[in-house]
Amino acid sequence: MSAMRDAEGEPLLRVEALRVWFPVRAGLLQRPTSVLRAVDGVDLTLGAGRTLALVGESGCGKTTVGRSILRLLEPNGGRVLFEGTDLLTLGPAALRPIRRRLQIVFQDPMASLDPRLRVRDAIAEGMQAFGIGTGEAERTDRVGVELRRVRLDPSYMERFPHELSGGQRQRVCIARALAVQPRLLVCDESVSALDVSIQAQILNLLRDLQDELGLAYLFITHDLGVVRYLAHNVAVMYLGQIVETAATAQIFQDPRHPYTRALLAAMPSVDPLRRSVAVRAHGEVPSPLHPPSGCRFHTRCPEAFARCRSEAPELAASGDGASRCFLSA
Amino acid sequence: MERHVLGNLFAAAIIGLASFVAWRVRSSAFSRERVAEIVRRRPIATIVVALYLGVALLDSVAWRDAQPGEVSVEARSLLDRVFPTDFRERSYSAPLADVEFYGGQPLAHPGRHLLGTDILGRDVLHLALGGARVALLIGGLTSLIAIPLAISLGLAAGYFGGRVDDLVFFLLSTLASMPSILLLVALIMVIGRGPIQVCLALAVTSWVSFCRVVRGETLKLRELDYVQAARALGVSELRIAWRHVLPNLSHLVVITFVLTFSQLVLSEAILSWLGVGIDGSWGQMIDQARDELARDPIIGWNLAAASAALFVLILAVNRVGDAVRDVLDPHTLRHLS
Amino acid sequence: MSEPLLRVEGLVTTFPGARGARLPVVDRVDVAVARGEAVALVGESGCGKSMTALSIVGLVPKPGRIDAGSVRMAGRELRGLPVTALRRVRGAEIAMIFQEPATSLNPVQTVGAQVVEAITLHESVARGEARRRALGLFEQVGIPDPPARFVAYPHQLSGGLKQRVMIAIALAARPQLLIADEPTTALDVTIQAQILELLRGLARETGTAILLITHDLGVVNEIADRVAVMYAGRIVEEGTRAAVLGAPRHPYTQGLLRSIPARAAPDERLAEIPGAVPAPDMWPSGCRFADRCVLVMDTCRAREPERTSFGANAAARCHAVVAEASR
Repeated sequence: MSAMRDAEGEPLLRVEALRVWFPVRAGLLQRPTSVLRAVDGVDLTLGAGRTLALVGESGCGKTTVGRSILRLLEPNGGRVLFEGTDLLTLGPAALRPIRRRLQIVFQDPMASLDPRLRVRDAIAEGMQAFGIGTGEAERTDRVGVELRRVRLDPSYMERFPHELSGGQRQRVCIARALAVQPRLLVCDESVSALDVSIQAQILNLLRDLQDELGLAYLFITHDLGVVRYLAHNVAVMYLGQIVETAATAQIFQDPRHPYTRALLAAMPSVDPLRRSVAVRAHGEVPSPLHPPSGCRFHTRCPEAFARCRSEAPELAASGDGASRCFLSA
Repeated sequence: MERHVLGNLFAAAIIGLASFVAWRVRSSAFSRERVAEIVRRRPIATIVVALYLGVALLDSVAWRDAQPGEVSVEARSLLDRVFPTDFRERSYSAPLADVEFYGGQPLAHPGRHLLGTDILGRDVLHLALGGARVALLIGGLTSLIAIPLAISLGLAAGYFGGRVDDLVFFLLSTLASMPSILLLVALIMVIGRGPIQVCLALAVTSWVSFCRVVRGETLKLRELDYVQAARALGVSELRIAWRHVLPNLSHLVVITFVLTFSQLVLSEAILSWLGVGIDGSWGQMIDQARDELARDPIIGWNLAAASAALFVLILAVNRVGDAVRDVLDPHTLRHLS
Repeated sequence: MSEPLLRVEGLVTTFPGARGARLPVVDRVDVAVARGEAVALVGESGCGKSMTALSIVGLVPKPGRIDAGSVRMAGRELRGLPVTALRRVRGAEIAMIFQEPATSLNPVQTVGAQVVEAITLHESVARGEARRRALGLFEQVGIPDPPARFVAYPHQLSGGLKQRVMIAIALAARPQLLIADEPTTALDVTIQAQILELLRGLARETGTAILLITHDLGVVNEIADRVAVMYAGRIVEEGTRAAVLGAPRHPYTQGLLRSIPARAAPDERLAEIPGAVPAPDMWPSGCRFADRCVLVMDTCRAREPERTSFGANAAARCHAVVAEASR
């Protein structure tokens, strides 16, 4: 298990300068008046069999990044290099076979499953689309294999989504993604909607699957506790930009960016001897439509000074990672 | 093709369709529960609708009695055969009367006309029951034309957006901005006055609002996670629309069908009032009864029978429709399971 | 011991199930909140905690109803009060804030007007005075630039600001008890930190008692003095924060704490609680947690456990714990 974790794989996924901008239309003629910079120059690297956590609060753009990588949303700029090929340059026909190797598990397990399809049909759908399996009977067998892989009894394949609990539905969604044999799984807040005891089951499952199948995860979440348990590397996002990247251990022991420190300080602990929540980011999150000048975090940063207002810092090396802050360079 | 043969085919088709639907519902516990819940909520209304359906079916199956030598024998339906052959009188008679209304001549069938006879001496009860077939034909055939049209255009507009959406929207807005009654009458003048033509005209004016609803629902369904997931799984857009979006519109279809049914029947009544309706419909009976209200003493049983038959069916359909809408609404899904 | 501010005893709230049976989603629940104290009712989804809160203020949605039990506020029984009297209690004595501030605020009224309305509803105050008090409340809940925000509509405010407005409305009539139902669940974690700090400070300043409903044990640790853990409609463990979070006795509480990823060491596997919460129509006889419990014994399936106290600070409902203690 630890051998898999420590090996530094070739980057399976490399995202460079990803941009997703949405025009905001207003007025009588619906002309674009301004631009929502949901993702504004994001770089990521993810090795095979590793987990990268993409952390941030609502509106930071992390979900948009996840969907753009799969081209469920069309980015406006940058490169998404998967196994060396830039996905953004491919036409629909060329993209289709590659789609198989990048899958996604969404946040809401109820909305992710068509209420009218039985579990068997939901899981087999991807297999059918990619031509896996040579007939209905074989595909049904494979569905059984996938269900067992996510620790569900194969008899569940006859059920409908509304007959399953939240945790079971999420397992079905994972099985559906695994059925097409992906190399990368984007988990978009996949455990956020689950009760904490069910969340533990799914997190353990995801870890085991990574060891069994060598899957890479892009784990999108706002919960730092989950990050600590699952991720090898962490990238922290704020208002469309990456503000810090580092190995998980370093993020927790020695965070370099004030926003990362604020996130960590805000995490409540369950140790009754320590009431640890401290407010280290005051005020409200600015609207992504009107990001602040200079450093985007300066309006909430307890350590901001004059330069932060006028100049935007670059993502620069800091410790073993990188940080977008004048104070950490 | 003779009219009664067409009617027979139609009846056979309806029975076939109903059997198919019944088999599909029976094979799924989910659907069985829904149907049971609908019947549980509105038992009387459901029975009334079923009765009307029964009468309509009886009136649809018709054949000629083979008579050697006679050529122009009329085809008589099962409903017609309930009443004696040649049940007519000469003119008006009051319900259960023994004599004619005007003049007091003895009737051919004294005391047998439960609701009296009309100006042509036809039994009013027979006419009123016959109207059921026409009403259900209007509701059924029109929906058969309008619903697929509305779904295909609404689905295409909502799912693919862009030019397709613009085109469909243009069609919708154009049709919606014309007064429907005028459009109906104009269409019927052009395409003719038979029952199929009237249904066609009604379909043209009634698909618009349903199409809008389908388009709106499709826009919503298109953004759902399971549609995105299908895309990520490599399923083609057409297949997604067919497999994921369309079936999840089916509850809308059933609700719309039941609720617009009454609107269609009433529209036909108005058309009859204007003189361009379908023969044998309640609307036509009501139209003919206009003159009778001016007489002294008032001859009301004709009008009363047709109005009552119309009112009861529409009330029953609306009540069943309310139950259908409540039960099939996805939001109530959770309460039932 | 003086009479607590809120005393709930034997509360049973039922909902209709299949074939006309009535299922208790709140099953013989006892809760007590002393003046100025913060009590947390914690549990996962479906345990009945929100319904308990709604039952206390008499807002159980149909077709649910309270079938048994007593709810005493400052010594006065609330069950059976006529609606008009109950309305006076709501707001003036017990105030409630909910999870989704967006749907709890009237979208077509300015937030200032809504706070003023909350004040004038319970006290006869002149408009000018009410406005002054409302602006003061805005300041108290930490809304920056109160005069500007006063005339804003809910959709113009962020989630955190909306929740502060909700708290202002709740405190407007100076209630003795604030019931907060998942007040920070829909908020980002940095905003949650601000709101938690605010709630704690306000409770201290005004002496308002808090009944906190949540699933987040971290939030419980930040706010509560005492904790009650709910499972399948029953309270399975209760006690001081130190007792329940530091030395939990019930296997469910222990399992919950072990499931929290932030507590696990880096290469340690999260301890899972197998299975899932049973639905109300599938509750087993005997202890409802038996099917998922690592300490399950034969007695557990036969009989529901009694409430056993462990000193003044803790109590649990578990056969295994009793067996262990008597050894």
